[in-house]
Amino acid sequence: MNETILTKTYSAPPIDEKEILRYAGGIADDNTIKLLNECINEAINCITYKVCYCELPVKTDGDLCDFGVFDVQSKNLTTNLSGCNNVIIFGATIGIGIDRLITKYSHISPAKALMLQAFGAERIEALCDAFCNDIQNTHKTPLKPRFSAGYGDLPLDTQKQIFLLLNLPKNIGLTLNDSLLMSPTKSVTAFIGMQEV
Amino acid sequence: MNFKEYLQNNIVYLDGGMGTLLQANGLQPGELPELWNLTHPEIITKIHTDYFNAGSNVVCTNTFGANSLKFDETQLDQIVKAAITNAKNAIINSKAPQNKFVALDIGPTGKLLKPLGDLDFEDAVSVFTKTVKLGAKYGVDLVIIETMNDSYETKAALLAVKENCDLPVIVSNAYGQDGKLMTGATPAAMVAIIEGMGADALGANCSLGPRQLRIVAEELLKNASIPVILKPNAGLPKSVDGKTVFDITPQEFADELTDIVKMGVRVCGGCCGTTPEYIKALTDKTAGIQPAPLTPKSITVVSSYSHAVKFGESPILIGERINPTGKKRFKQALLENDIDYILAEGVNQQEKGVHILDVNVGLPDIDEVAMLNSAVCELQAIIDLPLQIDTADICAMEAALRRYNGKAMINSVNGKAESMAAIFPLVKKYGGVVVALTLDENGIPSTTEKRVEIAKKILAAAAKYGIDKKDIIFDTLAMTISADTSAANATLDALHTIKTELGCHTSLGVSNVSFGLPNRDAVNSTFFAMALQNGLSAAIMNPYSADMMKTYYTYNALKGLDPNCADYIAHADEFTASAPTQAATAPSGDTQYASELQYAIIKGFKDKASEITKELIKVTEPLSIVNLEIIPALNNVGVGFENKTVYLPQLLMSAEAAKSAFEVIKSTMTLGDTKSQKPTFVIATVHGDIHDIGKNIVKLLLENYGFNVVDLGKDVPAEAIVEKVIELNAKIVGLSALMTTTVPAMQKTIELIKQKAPWCKTIVGGAVLTQEYADKIGADKYARDAMEAVRYAEEVFKK
Repeated sequence: MNETILTKTYSAPPIDEKEILRYAGGIADDNTIKLLNECINEAINCITYKVCYCELPVKTDGDLCDFGVFDVQSKNLTTNLSGCNNVIIFGATIGIGIDRLITKYSHISPAKALMLQAFGAERIEALCDAFCNDIQNTHKTPLKPRFSAGYGDLPLDTQKQIFLLLNLPKNIGLTLNDSLLMSPTKSVTAFIGMQEV
Repeated sequence: MNFKEYLQNNIVYLDGGMGTLLQANGLQPGELPELWNLTHPEIITKIHTDYFNAGSNVVCTNTFGANSLKFDETQLDQIVKAAITNAKNAIINSKAPQNKFVALDIGPTGKLLKPLGDLDFEDAVSVFTKTVKLGAKYGVDLVIIETMNDSYETKAALLAVKENCDLPVIVSNAYGQDGKLMTGATPAAMVAIIEGMGADALGANCSLGPRQLRIVAEELLKNASIPVILKPNAGLPKSVDGKTVFDITPQEFADELTDIVKMGVRVCGGCCGTTPEYIKALTDKTAGIQPAPLTPKSITVVSSYSHAVKFGESPILIGERINPTGKKRFKQALLENDIDYILAEGVNQQEKGVHILDVNVGLPDIDEVAMLNSAVCELQAIIDLPLQIDTADICAMEAALRRYNGKAMINSVNGKAESMAAIFPLVKKYGGVVVALTLDENGIPSTTEKRVEIAKKILAAAAKYGIDKKDIIFDTLAMTISADTSAANATLDALHTIKTELGCHTSLGVSNVSFGLPNRDAVNSTFFAMALQNGLSAAIMNPYSADMMKTYYTYNALKGLDPNCADYIAHADEFTASAPTQAATAPSGDTQYASELQYAIIKGFKDKASEITKELIKVTEPLSIVNLEIIPALNNVGVGFENKTVYLPQLLMSAEAAKSAFEVIKSTMTLGDTKSQKPTFVIATVHGDIHDIGKNIVKLLLENYGFNVVDLGKDVPAEAIVEKVIELNAKIVGLSALMTTTVPAMQKTIELIKQKAPWCKTIVGGAVLTQEYADKIGADKYARDAMEAVRYAEEVFKK
């Protein structure tokens, strides 16, 4: 068995300002929009859009999902992957630059820190969407919704297996802390089931 | 011949990929390749042997991930020992005639260092130290640190090698498509730090193929005085029929790399996807090429985690504002451990355009070692400018240099034997550019000749430590002309002579020249212009002075250093004396706003709130401003937030505007004025959690509502929180956690507080928390948002 681990860099997906405001708990008044634009301008150039992924066969048996190279017990993931023979496992990150900015402004302007945090959340979601669209376009089979460690009964420490499999620190600079938090913080790992037609 | 000698006169061939070949031999995804040293020694030895047979001079042991984070002590010892034995057996097995060496391979830990990740710098050094010691014990010819994608981790690994063995060490980083490391460093920045610490060669490997890494190689060659390494991948990976293949052939690889060897790269090999075939093609293709001569670049350079700053191009501005001397408000910030104030000084100076930040936090009543260390760590986490470590305390100097993420500027050494004996070993060990003052045991000479003589003495002493003159910048000491009107001339003459005759760069603390005179900026800026004309390379100066910045931009424009006068034009309107800015006025007839200040705060205009307060305080009692203006405005916004007519970003902008008004009031009060009467609120993000935005929002609001907030930061162990609560006899502590995985740490903290400090109320918040969760872990209060935290704190202190 020789699973190919691939790394891709995307260009910036379109920015959804409404979504950023929603994450920040704000409304579109003049001052908030001004703050939002300042944050976007300052952060946009330090964001990168990287994804590392691989496609694996999956067999489900009761609550057990077996990916060949590792397996995991989870009723919810099994349900999510029902009807799938293959799964994409991926890690995505928008890089450490925005973390530095958030840290910077959390010391000198919590309003900006909040807005940058919201912008980062919108960016990583947009990256994941761009990646899923890409996979959808190349694979044609219907895809299941993304499913991450920590959702439902899928243990958070599944992260350890995902990191080991994809070698995320080396491939996209994504690392896992002892408390299973990811650095850079604006990052996602997930399973995407590929349904049989 | 040992490796160092061989490196001086030859092109050195490294090996190719290991992982690729192990996978071909059956290594499963996720399986630890280092274990194969023990389970499949014959395969590992065979791979090494094949590389020697293909022409490699150096094979790297299969120890990329062999570190104490992944393996226990016994296992690690066995793995490193077996790996070295496997490589040495390959030397025996191979009949190839070239010189052969074994390199202990050290890869990254896979963790990100603090503060962005959770691995402490010293812990990283310890992790690498264990592997290095085993390598030295079992006998290798050199150490190779490779595939490092972070400058800080690179420094930790190199420090571990330098501190624990005398082996030659070569260092290679993984650059991305943008030509930078994952955490932002440019090739020039990496050359500064790696060469500064005394590595034997440096370069790039992995990530990309030779074509994409060419530009990185060019940058490295332009800056490095030591041999440059290139060990690219076999192009980029792709999937063909479920198999990983790389997109260039051995011949293409050899062709492209040969061109780069002709450019001057002297250490070459392959990384992911390359095999003995690639190395064979490379050694065949480059056979007979003479190694490019090594030329010392004599570049005076310092660096941050992201970029290098070179001396001698255009003048370098070193911001002097992080320094308590003569600054009441700064002293207060130091005594209160108010790191945010120091950081704001750094950010503001960067916005004004300085290139380097001087960091001086020396004050008689503080622990300077700890304070300087924390200032350096906090500054380098958020600001990408190189730092100048400025202290007379040698322990503080060493601690700060050790933790510094880059090649620092060091302030300072002088001609006294004692000073040189203390400072030069640090420069040698950690790298750095040191400011040398032309004074010695006899004081500051008044003549040019004597100052130049001291400079020569300093250069000679530095050379004995192996420190090149490019790493020394002379400060010929600006003295005030109010005491001696010939002082400026003496300084400038010495400066000119050192620049032209000794060929060294220079720096001056410009402001000293005007001490005791009125309108000091006028004197300083003219002196600055004169010094620049005499060859000054850098000035320690006040970037908030419009006169100084005017001189800087004008000089560059006049000297032909500012293409199209672009910088000058961009800043020209800042030079005119600033007219008092129009204060924000409430729309006329709008009775919603009781005053201009209240309007500015409610609308969240930070600068205007500060300007209005500066005017107000000339005619109004500070306490009236607080009680009649700021507090009512804050209440207006706070109530609006509770009634859901004001949203979180607006609340925070108002809070920041109020804070800037408070800051004006604070700067007019004397040290420690009101502190003791304020109720104390201890706040922290719990152990294991590195998110602190929520905590900082609560802190900001609490400060505005008159609390003395003691912020312990993020990832704080329960014991440290309890200790602080007891020390301050705090009545309330706020704890924040973002993730379910860190809630247990919160629970532990609460339990410890209940046990050791039962008088103290606990209030919790954070994304995952709910009332139910808070009840379960025994918190006294769950606050949904920052205003609720403020209201509860007020309640606690009312009782």
